[in-house]
Order: sequence, then structure tokens, then C-alpha cells
Amino acid sequence: MGEAVSARTAATARVTPGLTDLTHGVRTLGKGILYFCLIAFGLTFILPYFWMVSTSLKQTGYEFQYPPVWIPNPVVWRNYVDTWNLLPFALWFWNTIVIVVLSMAGAILTASMAGFGFARLRFPGRGLLFTLCLSTMMLPSIVTLIPKFILFTALGWVNTNLPLWVPSWFGGDAFFIFLCRQFFLGIPRELDEAARIDGASSWRIYAQIVLPLSRPVLATMAVFAFQGSWNDFLGPLIYLPDREKMTLAVGLNTMLGMYQTNWNYLMAASTLMTLPIVVLFFLAQRHFVRGIATTGLAGR
Amino acid sequence: MSSIAAVSVRRRAGLARREAVDGFLFIAPWLLGFVLWVAGPMLFSLILIFMNWSLLTPPSFAGLENFRTLLSDELIPVSLYNTAYYTFIFVPLHVLLALLAALALNLRIRAVGVFRTVYYLPSITPTVASAMLWLWVFNPDFGLVNLLLRRLQIPSPQWFVDPVWAKPALIIMGLWSLGSAMVIFLAGLQNIPTELYEAASIDGAGTWARFWNVTLPLLSPVIFFNLVVGIIGSFQVFTTVFIVSNGQGGPSNATLFLVLYLYQNGFVFFKMGYASLIAWMLFAIVLIFTGIQFLVARKWVHYEGGL
Repeated sequence: MGEAVSARTAATARVTPGLTDLTHGVRTLGKGILYFCLIAFGLTFILPYFWMVSTSLKQTGYEFQYPPVWIPNPVVWRNYVDTWNLLPFALWFWNTIVIVVLSMAGAILTASMAGFGFARLRFPGRGLLFTLCLSTMMLPSIVTLIPKFILFTALGWVNTNLPLWVPSWFGGDAFFIFLCRQFFLGIPRELDEAARIDGASSWRIYAQIVLPLSRPVLATMAVFAFQGSWNDFLGPLIYLPDREKMTLAVGLNTMLGMYQTNWNYLMAASTLMTLPIVVLFFLAQRHFVRGIATTGLAGR
Repeated sequence: MSSIAAVSVRRRAGLARREAVDGFLFIAPWLLGFVLWVAGPMLFSLILIFMNWSLLTPPSFAGLENFRTLLSDELIPVSLYNTAYYTFIFVPLHVLLALLAALALNLRIRAVGVFRTVYYLPSITPTVASAMLWLWVFNPDFGLVNLLLRRLQIPSPQWFVDPVWAKPALIIMGLWSLGSAMVIFLAGLQNIPTELYEAASIDGAGTWARFWNVTLPLLSPVIFFNLVVGIIGSFQVFTTVFIVSNGQGGPSNATLFLVLYLYQNGFVFFKMGYASLIAWMLFAIVLIFTGIQFLVARKWVHYEGGL
């Protein structure tokens, strides 16, 4: 650490030559405290996770041991099989995947289209419409809950998964549109101008030039969209009351009501529900911070 | 000569018109969605607040009845208090801790990727799964927290069973997932040009001065964003309180938050008009707080050339 003196420190050192040794000591001490805090907080973040997985592998009844046992003995992998068979998890998993895939596809397609329109095409009222789009980000979505429920009831969509993914095909989410627009603004305009001179249409520029260059923002959006509909609880709770049509989130809550004290099963189910998101995150991680960084929230 | 110029002008006008048509086509799904799922429903719910409607029987005009109910409903102040208690303790803590975490994880430290992942993971955990996990961690008799507290000889609260401790437990649970705000801060920090720090150093600014004069002003729009989004989000907390109280808002209504009460009125008691009125009250409150934040923002948020 001490030998990795950055250009910045070197500059400071030039200004105050006598203080280097002292600064060095303070720096090392500061680093020590920093690492201590980072690790302590890191542990608080990871311990509940560890506890979840640990509990999920304990034999029924062993969850209540005192003092707490971190590594279960015996390790009961069967809990996962049992949990899976306790309730129609396979069905709930499938129901959820269908909704997630359909709404993710719609959101990515239509939000990137709108983002492209706002970033690249000139049309009357563009600024005003974009402001309108941004302002919906600050609208509490709960205001439209009741009227939308009445609308979907009138359409006969209650007890189908339609209310949970069809709206995603209409621009997805204002935040996604914002994300796309900011990212597209960073792609050099010369590229589409050259294509336009060659006679390419806006659709071709969108599909063959802009989208292939936008993987970070598409990956970021995919993670957010997946997370949004995988986690959604209120939507499936009101639109899919039938047990056969439930999603995982609501199914898990049903399970909590039925197996209140079987914490090993409940934690196994929670782990199962968390796993796909964690896997997806690791797959998309490379693009993730870059995707958000381009929103230019820091005012540039 | 002139005819060629006229053709090219006409061609350019044609191209511009073409571009405008394409522009509208590209934003058409969003625009249609705005009308169908945002503006339309909002207008509709403005009518609903003057109606009595259970969905089982035809709607009837109620005049100001829902407003009178709202004013005399004892659970409205309770749920307002609960929601405000949560929001005004949770959001500042959340933003502050996420900022500190982002600042620390933006330094040149070993295994920074591992730390970032560990801090971020809780925030991608599905809400239902994390609510269940915390219900177990805060279990009064066998939960991890109380086992540790007992070992340290500290009196252990009953958490979600105790009306006094239920909301602090929810706040701790919420703070666990500060990762998404942290990532937004990290992205903001990485957008600050290093030349600015170098220039400040050459001018003799120490770490602290650089933080106050470079990092904080340039990060202020991100802090503002996280505050605004945080308040809007925490006024609408639903899933966690639903899970930990089995949809009841207990113990003794300590976790009866506004949206849970709205849900109960709409989907348990089938009072669509009254539920819409609660939604509009919530909207008005959020609007006022967002407005205040935008006004105050002029004093402290630093924009470099705007968005």
C-alpha cells in the first residue's frame, strides 16, 4: 500500500515535504481502520445469507439448537427435494418464468425503441414528451393500482397472467427509456449519419448499428426487468388468486402460512427463489456498473 | 441550377418528415402505454374517489362520503404515522450508508470486486425471500440476532412480535439492501473526471478538501436522485410489511403502512372508491415532499450543464 504512492499523493508530498512520514503513518492506520470496517460490514451483509443457507440444510428440529450451529450436522440436502415436492413449486416456477420472459422481452424492445426515438430522431414535441416520460418516474405507481384492476377486470384478464406482462410491451418503464436514451446519446452520431447516406432507414440504424453497440445498457435493463417481475408480489397477489396460476413470490407466502415453524423448508424455498437472480447477476455483472454509469446522473 | 436546389430542398424536407414520422413510431408503444396505463387510469381514479363501488354490485355516486370516511377513519392517522416513521428514519440512513459504502468501495483497495459483490447481493434478493429470511433472523426465540444478543448478555427485543420494535426491525431489514443505491453512487463517482482531483491536489487540496469541493458537489445530483426515489419508494412499501404481518399490519397495527391499508380496503373490503382516495392522498403527500425537495435542491444540488 505504502509503495503504491499515487500521482496524487506525490503531488501532495511536493507541496508539504516534511510531512510525508507522518502522512504515511496516518495513511497506513487509516487503511487498517477502513479494511476493518469494510470486513465488519461485509460480514453483517453476508451473515443473514449464510444463515439462510445453513438453516435450509438442517434436519427438521435442528433449526432451534442453542448455541447456534453454523455448519449443519448432518447436512440434509434432501430438504431441497422435500421442499420442492411439498407444494407445486415446479408449476409456480414455470408460471413465473413465462411472465418474466414475456415482460422482459417487451420492456427491452419497446424501451430501447423509445430511447432511440428520443435520442436520435427529431420530431415535434420531442423535448416535452421526454420530460413527460421522465416525470412518470416520480409518479407513485400505486395511484393506478385500483383503476387498472377495474380495467383488467372489465377486460376479463383477472386470473390470467396478461396484466402482469402486457403493460411491459408499452415502453417497459420510464427509467429504462431514460437509461437507453442516455446510452444511445453516447454512441457517435457519425455512425448513423454514414449509414443514412448509404440509404439505411431509421429501423435499420436502430437494429443493426445502435443495438449491437448497446450491450451494457441492454444487459443492465435485462437484469432490472428480470428482477422487477421475478420479485413482483402485489401484482400476482391481486391478479392470480388461483393456486395453479400463482407465481413463486406469492407461492412462497402461501408456504409461510402453511409451514410456519419449518424454517429449514422455508429457508430452502427462499434460497431456491434467490438463486436464479444471483446467477443472472453474475452473468451480467461485467456490464452492470457501466450500464448505469452512462445515465450521466452526475450531471454530465 | 435552381431546379436542382428546389429538388434538394424538397428532398431534405421529405427526409425531415420521414424522420419525424419514424420518431413518433419509435416512441408510439410508450406513448400509447402512457395513455392506457398511466394517464387514463389516473383520470378514471379521480372519478372513483366520488363513488361507492365493490365491483360485485354496480357503482353508485357517493359525493364526498369517502372524504368524510377518510377524515374520521382512525386507521388513517395510524398508517400515516407508521409510513412517515419508516420513511424519515429509513431514507436518510439508507442514503448516508449507501454513500459511505460507495465512497469506501471506490478507493483503491484489495479485493474490491469481492466487497462490492457482497454489499450488492442483498439488494437483488427477492423481497419475499428476504422478508422471510429476516422473519427468521428476527425470530424472538431462535433467530440469529437474538441468539447473538443473548450471548452478549444484551436484552433481546421481540422484534416483529412487539409493536415498538416491529418498525425498527423493518428499517434494519431495508438497510440490508442498500446495494442498489450504492451502485448508483459508484457509477456517479466513476463519472467524476480524475483531472478535477489532480487539479485540486496541485492547488494544495487535501483529501478532505477534495471530498468537500470536488466529490460532494459533483455527486450532489446523485444524492438528490437517491433521496427523491428513496422517499417515493418507501412511501409505497408493501411486500415486506405484508409478509411479516401476514397481510394484517400487526402487531397492534404497528406495521399497517399506507399501501397495506389501501390494499386491504381495495382487495379485502372491496371499497374501490375509498381505496382510490387513499391512493390519491398518498400521491398528494409524495408530490408535496418531492416538490419541497426540488425547491431545496436549488440550494445544494450542483448541476454541470444540466442533464
